[in-house]
Amino acid sequence: MSGTKKETGFTFTIDGVEITAYAGQTIMEAADEAGVYIPRLCDHEGLRHQGSCRVCTVKAGGRSVAACTQPAAPGQAVENETPHLTKMRRDLVEMLFHEGNHLCPICEASGNCELQAMAYRLDMTEATKFPYLEPCRALDASHPDIALDTNRCISCGRCIRASQDVDGKGVFGYVGRGIHRRVAVNGENLADTDAQVSDHAISAEVCPVGCIIRKRVGFAVPIGEREFDHGLIGHDIEEKRK
Amino acid sequence: MSELPKARIATASLAGCFGCHMAILDIDERLIDLMQLVDVDRSPLTDKKRFTQRCDIGIIEGGCCNEENVHVLHDFRRNCDVLIALGQCAIMGGLPAMRNAIMHSDAPLRECLDEAYITGKYIRNTTHNVPNDPALPLLLDEVYPCSQVVEIDYQIPGCAPSGDIIFDTLSKLLTGKFRGFERDMIKFD
Repeated sequence: MSGTKKETGFTFTIDGVEITAYAGQTIMEAADEAGVYIPRLCDHEGLRHQGSCRVCTVKAGGRSVAACTQPAAPGQAVENETPHLTKMRRDLVEMLFHEGNHLCPICEASGNCELQAMAYRLDMTEATKFPYLEPCRALDASHPDIALDTNRCISCGRCIRASQDVDGKGVFGYVGRGIHRRVAVNGENLADTDAQVSDHAISAEVCPVGCIIRKRVGFAVPIGEREFDHGLIGHDIEEKRK
Repeated sequence: MSELPKARIATASLAGCFGCHMAILDIDERLIDLMQLVDVDRSPLTDKKRFTQRCDIGIIEGGCCNEENVHVLHDFRRNCDVLIALGQCAIMGGLPAMRNAIMHSDAPLRECLDEAYITGKYIRNTTHNVPNDPALPLLLDEVYPCSQVVEIDYQIPGCAPSGDIIFDTLSKLLTGKFRGFERDMIKFD
């Protein structure tokens, strides 16, 4: 890709819609540009792709791949909004709800929360088949301007990448393995790190849920007037198509 | 639907705040249309404490936090053809379920009761006891969503659900037209 960066486009299809992509683009990057929304939680604009939440799973050439990390290929037929994939995504989101303590009525992120908005988009309204794990997780309010309620963390790692790559700090990192893998702070608690409320990792857009809380701004915008109260998640991307 | 026999509806509030029943009243003047289609059996709205006959639709607010809630919920399942969980408490435990996972506690129920009746700073409890009258229903170890106790047919989300989603869902169910919620009506708060 270096030197002669010749932008020779090629096409592939998502659910039969022809999409133009350029060498090196992922399926999701090309889809975003074309105005086709692929649901995602761990991926965020401006951060490096991780491919861990698997909500963006699509079928490409009959195989399940993460659209945020899989490079687009010429002539590929990608399935995105099929009943099978929608159900799988709904189950994934539901399991994220069950793995933590996601009590929307008491959460200050309600209405701005991407996990909740994804549940709305995927029609997560049927009686659950899964048990609630109800873990006892810590609340870290040590920092004067920031609080962490890890009950709501979905381990997407967006704060980790934002802190490392954008802020150049490394306030957050993964600890543990398997189901015990969690996002932790680089110190006894958040007050012992060099985190600042002005960090990109702490900004409202990076944490998709209500885990990273900026103190004293929680209900500045009332419930009912928030980002996803009046528009489905992904509608900004889908509007590009019109 | 001119000569359809009226459907029978029953409602109950378990571990809830009665907000969802208040939300039923948010249907406002459309209640008059709805009452053309239904009779209300056992319900706090009619103050009937027992089923007088089998019902078509049972509406449950709140999850199960004590044994009485479980009895009522079983009674509803036995006596209703279709059971609806109304609101987040019935669906996933809601606010009462906050006692299920209290930070750093191995015995969250004990910690919750101690804080509420004994150790809390602003408590005026002269007996220094947790209420234990035999007439009180026994608390469950955790607060359970309705779907973990009985089979639930439909869940109407919200805290509280809007009058619109309740009216829309009920009127569609009663006329056999329910095919899921409008996306912009789904809210968990």
